[in-house]
Order: sequence, then structure tokens, then C-alpha cells
Amino acid sequence: MPETPATEHAHPTAATYLRVAAILIVLTVVEVGVFYVPAFHAFLAPILLVLSAVKFVIVVMFYMHLKMDNRFFTLVFGGPLLLATGVMFGLLFLFGVLTLGG
Amino acid sequence: MSHGATAHYTSMGLDSRKMAFWAFIGSECLLFGTLISTYLIYQGRSVSGPTPGEILNIPVTSLSTFDLLMSSLWMVLALAAVQRGDMKWAKVWLLGVAIGGAIFLGFQVYEFTSFVHEGLTLQTNLFGATFFVLTGTHGAHVTVGVLWMMTLWVRAMQGKLGPQHAMTVEIAGLYWHFVDVVWIAIFTLVYLLHK
Repeated sequence: MPETPATEHAHPTAATYLRVAAILIVLTVVEVGVFYVPAFHAFLAPILLVLSAVKFVIVVMFYMHLKMDNRFFTLVFGGPLLLATGVMFGLLFLFGVLTLGG
Repeated sequence: MSHGATAHYTSMGLDSRKMAFWAFIGSECLLFGTLISTYLIYQGRSVSGPTPGEILNIPVTSLSTFDLLMSSLWMVLALAAVQRGDMKWAKVWLLGVAIGGAIFLGFQVYEFTSFVHEGLTLQTNLFGATFFVLTGTHGAHVTVGVLWMMTLWVRAMQGKLGPQHAMTVEIAGLYWHFVDVVWIAIFTLVYLLHK
């Protein structure tokens, strides 16, 4: 049983962190902007869900370092996350919030 | 990276504390997944008001979202400072994270108080019950995070936090960023996509 640390890649630099923060702020401003522009209301849900998912992935990859860390951490986090997502969709279909016919 | 004198590793050579914490975060995904599902299932099924469209304050919540995003930036800057042994800036950023979290909680207290004054409580309708449980649970997590950051900041002020404790700060950061990503989901699903 190894008692020594596995090799880890270096974390991003402060400049990368600042760029990520700038992207997150821009995406949040776009989210709120889309919410207030009536022309986007027909596509509000898909646009906001995609933007939200992008923000989620960016934080997890760069701020939580999953992009650089051992892949096993991605498995330990991604497995339950997928399970939770499956449970959510299951419940939403079960209670009629989502339907296969749209 | 330094792991401190008490670091233990799994059979894969990974830090066991970090592994355990990722497993905990995975379990938290299931907790918040069920709370968000419950909110979405009961959305639009309240037989009486106030409804989300009547009461949610998007501009104020956008500000609190911005505040939480900034606190995540300060968290990674704190970790980077600890890793390079720059404890002066580590103290600054750790205190910034704690203050950012406290400001977020202030926004939430303001929001909850104004909702109660407008007639929305846990017992008012399905929206009130699911909204307060979901956002309240998130707020409780932020509160724990603020206390955690304050603890780290006090240890740093006492000279008991250094580069050898980088993993301790990294794990605290994982918790803080998870609280942030949960809010990213809540902000979209509860506030921007309300019915």
C-alpha cells in the first residue's frame, strides 16, 4: 500500500484565476441581461441552463482544480453528481414537470 | 505541494483527507439535488400568493451572486498565497472570503425578512415552504463556510498556518467553491427561471 503522494500537477496562476473570474462575471451579466430582454424570453430556459452549466463547469475545473488534479477525484465527484442529476430528472418526469412530448 | 506532517495517503497515493472531502461533496450533490427537485416539482402549484414573480428581487440577488463569485476568486488567491508562503496576502484573502460570505448572508437575511413582511413564510404556501428550505439550507452551508474561513484566518494571525497547511486551505476552498456552484444552480433555477 503506497504511503507516498501521487504526482499532482501545478495549480493555475493568479492570472488564470483572474481570467476565470472575469469570464464568470461576464456570464452572470449575460444571464441577468437575457432575463430582462423580452426578445430572449422564448429561449430563456435553454439559454440560462447552458450559461449556468458553463459557469458550474468552469468553477469546478479551475477553482476546484479538477482539470489539473487526479482523475479519480473527478470520478468521486462526477459519479454522485450524475446520480443526483438522474434523480432530479426522474422526479421531474414522475411528477409531470417534464414530459417526453415537451 | 506541502501536505503537513499528518498527511495520509490512499493506496492510490492520493491525500486521504481530500479524497474523503470529495466524497462528502458528492453526497452534498444528492442533498441539494433533492431539494432543488422538490422546489421545481411544487413550482407554480401554490393555491395562494405571494408567488415567485411577485416577490423575488432579481437585482438584489444578482448583487449577492456577484459577491459570492468574487469570494470564490479570493478563496483561490488565498490558497495560492498560502502555497507560496505569502502569509500576509493569505490573511487578506481569507478575511476577504469570510467578509464576502458574511455579506452574502446579509443579503439573505434582508431577503428573508422582506419576504416575511410581504406575507411569505414557511407555512404560507408550497413556494414558501420549498424556497425557504432550499435557500435556507444553502445559507446554513455559507454560515459554516464563513466560520471555517474565520478559523483559518485566526490561525494565520496566530502564525499557526503556513505553506505546510496548504492542503487544509485547499479542502476549505473545495467546500467554499461547492457552495458557490450550488448557488449558481439556485440562481438560475429558482430566481431567473421562476414561474
